[in-house]
Amino acid sequence: MLTVRVQPVRVFALAVAVLLACPRICAPARADDDARWAATAKTYNTYCAQCHGLNRNGKGINAKSMAVQPRDHSDPKGMGPIPDAEIVKAITDGGLSVNKSVLMPAWGKVLSPQQIQDLAAYIRHVCNCGSAANH
Amino acid sequence: MSRISFFLCALATALCAPSLGLAADANAILSRQCAQCHALSKPADASIDRLWTRKGPDLYYAGSKFNQPWLVEWLQNPRRIRPAGEFYFTHIKATPDGDVIDASTLTSHPRLSKGDADAVAAALMALKGPDDLVRKGAYKKQPVPAMIGAMFFEKLRGCAACHMDKPGQGGQSGPELYDAGLRLQPDFVYAYIKQPQRFDPHVWMPQLDLSDTDLQRLTGYLMTLQDGSPK
Ligand code: HEC
Ligand code: HEC
Ligand code: HEC
Repeated sequence: MLTVRVQPVRVFALAVAVLLACPRICAPARADDDARWAATAKTYNTYCAQCHGLNRNGKGINAKSMAVQPRDHSDPKGMGPIPDAEIVKAITDGGLSVNKSVLMPAWGKVLSPQQIQDLAAYIRHVCNCGSAANH
Repeated sequence: MSRISFFLCALATALCAPSLGLAADANAILSRQCAQCHALSKPADASIDRLWTRKGPDLYYAGSKFNQPWLVEWLQNPRRIRPAGEFYFTHIKATPDGDVIDASTLTSHPRLSKGDADAVAAALMALKGPDDLVRKGAYKKQPVPAMIGAMFFEKLRGCAACHMDKPGQGGQSGPELYDAGLRLQPDFVYAYIKQPQRFDPHVWMPQLDLSDTDLQRLTGYLMTLQDGSPK
């Protein structure tokens, strides 16, 4: 009987398909995540980690000598209430522009608007808080 | 060949050879012992990946940046300028108290003899970089009261977050500046603070909106810092 003989082949094909797709289906968060954030994480490491830290916790190598401590980007309590627009503004025009410390520099002449948008989204991803947490 | 022209030739060779020899040696030293870590001509690759992988700061505009006597001294007796080396991110590690410099990843700089240092410093001073990189006379030499200068550098403009203006005081991701007055030319300092990325496309110093008054004041302050004592 034809159908009976085809069935195992179909099952096998399905299994292969699932296996091939597995990296996408089985671990969507991690794999896609790393690829999506890699370039922005590098931007962060180049410009922001010197103050905000390897672990994004506000404890970069410059932090010890600073009168105002860099914001802890991994802290949902501290980061959650800051609106997206303020995050973008702080990065673009510096701390003073949002009534914060001058020790947070303006990066609008070094980074493109797109890079700054990506950083803002990345910071939401790091704190897992704010508007991104609702998505 | 007449006798007299033979004599002139010999004389010219004898007189010129030492200095020719010196220049040739200096360039040979630069290409054999320095070029693997330092760009001696403007790099074609302006990518951020180059910043991450290069082993030392660019020297293609050294003649527009350094004071020659400082170069001669430092090449014989190098001491750390960038507390976290180059590239800073590759020399730090996280600890429970915050990030620290991982000193085990930093190496000491090659040293030159007095003779080689003289010759190499002269060869470096000949590397001026593009004509429009550093505008001559930009710094107007107006004196800056030390307290005012320090207040702007440390508090009002946030420079001390990344730079030390006194040994042990200030940030660690940028070069120390407490001997800037010995090391650097004032017009370079002015031009660099104004637009760091013109010198180094992805350098991790911000380009701030500074007025000419600010730039004069900060440059004037840095020129007064001359603490050359070894640390
Ligand atoms: C020279 C040190 C320094 C660097 C470099 C730096 N920051 Fe900051 N940043 C600070 C400090 C200090 C604060 C805290 C300001 C305050 O609370 O008054 C801060 C605060 C912030 C905030 C919170 C702003 C708010 O409204 O409360 C964001 C977002 C931020 N930084 C993002 C970045 C990003 C992105 C980069 C890299 C492009 C960066 N920072 C680089 C020092 C720095
Ligand atoms: C193994 C790589 C390496 C080699 C080889 C090397 N350097 Fe360096 N050089 C560095 C690093 C790293 C620094 C930054 C040191 C610091 O900031 O403390 C530096 C700094 C310098 C500086 C100061 C630059 C500045 O912007 O502050 C000069 C000048 C210099 N080197 C000249 C030379 C010369 C001349 C040679 C060859 C005789 C040479 N270097 C060989 C890695 C190297
Ligand atoms: C976020 C960190 C940061 C801040 C803030 C900062 N700088 Fe810098 N600065 C750097 C870095 C990084 C370099 C170059 C590093 C290199 O060449 O390896 C640099 C280089 C310089 C140089 C050239 C020194 C040399 O030896 O090459 C001068 C002068 C300077 N900065 C002055 C200032 C002044 C003045 C301010 C305040 C208006 C300031 N910087 C703010 C990080 C910073």
